[in-house]
Amino acid sequence: MLKIKNLEAGYGKLKVLRRISMHVNPGEIVTLIGANGAGKTTLLHTITGLVKTLAGEISLQGKNINKTAPEKRVAAGCSLVPEGRQVFSTMTVKENLVLGGYVQYKKDKKTAAHEMEKILHIFPVLKERENQLAGTLSGGEQQMLAMGRALMAKPALIMMDEPSTGLAPLIVKDIFRIIGKLREDGNTVLLVEQNAKAALGIADRGYVLETGKIILQGPAEDLLENRDVQRAYLGRDVG
Amino acid sequence: MYWEEEKECMPREDLEQLQLERLQSTLYRVATHVPFYRKKFKEMEVDPDGFRSLLELRSLPFTTKDDLRENYPYGLFAVPLRDVVRVHASSGTTGAATVVGYTKNDIKNWSSLTARVLTAAGVTKDDVVQIAFGYGLFTGGFGLHYGAEKVGASVIPISSGNTKRQIRIMQDFMTTALVCTPSYALLLADTMIEMGININALPLKYGLFGGEPWSEGMRAEIQNKLHILATDNYGLSEVMGPGVAGECRECTGLHINEDHFLVEIIDPETLEPVAPGKTGEIVITTLTKEAFPVIRYRTRDLTRLITEPCACGRTLHRMERLTGRTDDMLIIKGVNVYPTQIESVLFEIEGTEPHYQLIVEREGRLDKVTVKVEVVESIFFDQMKKQRLLVEEIKKRMATELGISVDVKLVEQKSLERFEGKAKRVIDKREL
Repeated sequence: MLKIKNLEAGYGKLKVLRRISMHVNPGEIVTLIGANGAGKTTLLHTITGLVKTLAGEISLQGKNINKTAPEKRVAAGCSLVPEGRQVFSTMTVKENLVLGGYVQYKKDKKTAAHEMEKILHIFPVLKERENQLAGTLSGGEQQMLAMGRALMAKPALIMMDEPSTGLAPLIVKDIFRIIGKLREDGNTVLLVEQNAKAALGIADRGYVLETGKIILQGPAEDLLENRDVQRAYLGRDVG
Repeated sequence: MYWEEEKECMPREDLEQLQLERLQSTLYRVATHVPFYRKKFKEMEVDPDGFRSLLELRSLPFTTKDDLRENYPYGLFAVPLRDVVRVHASSGTTGAATVVGYTKNDIKNWSSLTARVLTAAGVTKDDVVQIAFGYGLFTGGFGLHYGAEKVGASVIPISSGNTKRQIRIMQDFMTTALVCTPSYALLLADTMIEMGININALPLKYGLFGGEPWSEGMRAEIQNKLHILATDNYGLSEVMGPGVAGECRECTGLHINEDHFLVEIIDPETLEPVAPGKTGEIVITTLTKEAFPVIRYRTRDLTRLITEPCACGRTLHRMERLTGRTDDMLIIKGVNVYPTQIESVLFEIEGTEPHYQLIVEREGRLDKVTVKVEVVESIFFDQMKKQRLLVEEIKKRMATELGISVDVKLVEQKSLERFEGKAKRVIDKREL
């Protein structure tokens, strides 16, 4: 699905990502964990094309997308649920969803409407509020809207940046349950999280990012057992 | 039958991506946690963060048995001892022992890898597995023990030695799979024949043999005597133990668990890679080991890589059965000779038994090799002429196949020492 080899990226002279290699297989939830400033968001933005690739290669479904424009990458199948939801607060829930499907459907309103029905089925809360302005939704509802909006593009790979930030623990549980559900429905997810324990709890595999480098990788259950991960990211006092 | 099909049958391209990712994080960890590698990288001006392709493997330093000895006992561990849940030591085939450690995850991976080897050989949860490898510090027993348990088989941890008891348990407990060294399997077979046991009546189906080099001839002999499918498996404690590679039921080479081990074949003299498919020393880099990762470990084992697809469907490349060890190599009159070569020759000659001994001496300035080989009883009852013809034939074959002349001594059956562990077949009396 997604394959990254020796990726380097940054802002101006500042190199943030230093030789990242990773991959995501179809149908997997892969999580990227790491402290603040490790480069997690930069990595997602480089995959979506918002940050320029300085070296290395990114391929999506076997095609090199290094030089593909961001909007074309969405059409090629990678969608981002940005950090802090970024919903269009002065538009209704429905309008937000329509915008999410724009690249994929453009004029095919019928299929778009059909897709929207499916998404409203996954998120019943949104169905209840489909004509409400997005800005009036609670944090958890906005997160679901952001996820639904990304799904409207029928992505091959859906990337989520810190979906649990700023949400009450009960809502967080709900969000993670939905992410698990997305995999059951055949979606492929790349999940960036500071909440390492919850993320590793639902993921198949994980990568640990530290100062722009991947220092550990492996099956999620192995990372949960790894003492370095426990010490640094799970807040567990070992030994 | 596969244990982890998604790994064992992975497309090569995906495997290479996985190997690169795992090697990159291994390099980071050894550079950060193991002073030995930090120093080596600095000396050789290797930037562990600059490693970009598996082709750059050649720029990395080797690790040798001496490096392990110099860092005895814990110097090369990459995690603190409190993260280590198991310590093993090398079987000490040659020289002083070396110490290796395992984290919880290492043990988990090790079990899966030996489970792969057992499954490839045919073992399932319905089997009764008799493990006649030594337990204790040696990795052979425990390694396959955990794999067999993971598969769900019934494990008999009998350990090595006490041949009569092994046989009794094999009969009483209805053992279906035997795990030991090939030379011990042969000793068990011969003892059973001597005891007049009807081997056909045993439920034994599989034999998984490793720990020492053996030949196709020996495989045929074991299969004929024990009426089993005999497969080869490979591993060494410095790298993990058994589970590095194992044969599938095609019996055409051992599938290397390449998602955990990166292998190269080098010329032991020049240290350069050999041409594809040529025989050389196998060098192994671990990709997932947490407690005791090694970079380019020089195994001293000789083999060659087989990259053609295997009929079993595994995409993992194969290594040919070991042809010997660089330190078994005898230099006789300037010619490199491996005991296994001599074994192969003996197997092809009618009338000899697979038990032999090589005695190397120096007379004056010349090397002299004597091959002592057991022969079938009938030869001794026959005329001297037959014996002489046999000796002549062995001499002639040795000269054409090995390029050296040897003395041959025929000895009676069972007159040579038998081994319960690894066989010692060379006696080098030369003082160099």
